Amino acid sequence: MRRIARACALSLGLGLGGLGLTLTPLALTSLVLPVGPAWAVQPDEVLPDPALEARAREISKDLRCLVCQNQSIDDSNAPLARDLRVLVRDRLKAGDSDAGVLAYVTDRYGDYVLLRPPFKATTLVLWVAPFAILLIGGLATALFLRRRRSATAEADTAPLTEDERRRLDALLRKDDL
Amino acid sequence: MRRVLYLLPFLLFVGVGVAFYLGFERDPRDIPSVLIDKPVPSFSLPPLPGRTDGLSSTGLTGDVTLVNVFASWCIPCKAEHPVITRLAREQGVTVRAINHKDKAEDALAWLTRNGDPYASIGADLDGRVSIDWGVYGVPESFLIDRQGRIRFKHVGPLTPQVVEEQILPLVKRLRQG
Repeated sequence: MRRIARACALSLGLGLGGLGLTLTPLALTSLVLPVGPAWAVQPDEVLPDPALEARAREISKDLRCLVCQNQSIDDSNAPLARDLRVLVRDRLKAGDSDAGVLAYVTDRYGDYVLLRPPFKATTLVLWVAPFAILLIGGLATALFLRRRRSATAEADTAPLTEDERRRLDALLRKDDL
Repeated sequence: MRRVLYLLPFLLFVGVGVAFYLGFERDPRDIPSVLIDKPVPSFSLPPLPGRTDGLSSTGLTGDVTLVNVFASWCIPCKAEHPVITRLAREQGVTVRAINHKDKAEDALAWLTRNGDPYASIGADLDGRVSIDWGVYGVPESFLIDRQGRIRFKHVGPLTPQVVEEQILPLVKRLRQG
């Protein structure tokens, strides 16, 4: 059962991931569970400087909690997520840039902690595949349609004879009445 | 040519199917460490109270060492403890430990109850050093070569199978090198 669920999640993720629609499962969950947002960030973690805190929140949303894996550390209640949130705030207080904080975490946990995979050689397929597939599909459709149109154009039918035209006119006139 | 084109969707389907099937064999919890083949992070941890030796990066050179991250509150740690004890006492591998986010008295009581095979233990009360090691779930074990580089990481409890098939052969190779 778990395997099937995992396969479904995997195929869903593969289909949507590249297009950046990773929020869909979250949206679905919120349909099923109509509850208010449960804040994972504890009051004692919040920085006194609102600008710095806002940056910390944005960074936290991009970092994966490695325990629950499909939650960001901003959403997760896991102890490791809390530790990483505190770490992110400590790095910001120490004067790191946003990119610097992300680099600090990826140096320890790898690109896997980034919920938005970076664009580089190893992730090329992930990012390019959806557009490549769209392009191939579009080209195939265009080719197919063009071929069909030219096929109908080629099928030259003989013009109507005098007799046929008269009958057709009669039929059309009868229709008007 | 045409026939091959008609086969293409089927072949694609088979390819995706094979990829997903292989995905079943992978443990989603097993995230490859970025620290493999890199020197251990620079750190210095104090000993547990009443003990003399803590753990620091400088103390991890010279001999092949297994660094085990454990906590008294961690149930799988207890499960792997006999395996680690055997590794240290019978199989002759130096085992040192990082005591992860534990209470000192709990850790000491746990070691009295379950035995202490560790050559030294560093107390990581806030878990910050564990983050430097990329730890995301205790227990974790790292194998360090004589130059102080991380050569192998295992997430989850060590089993006799992992020891026999992966750790002991690697220890033998690293001792020669």
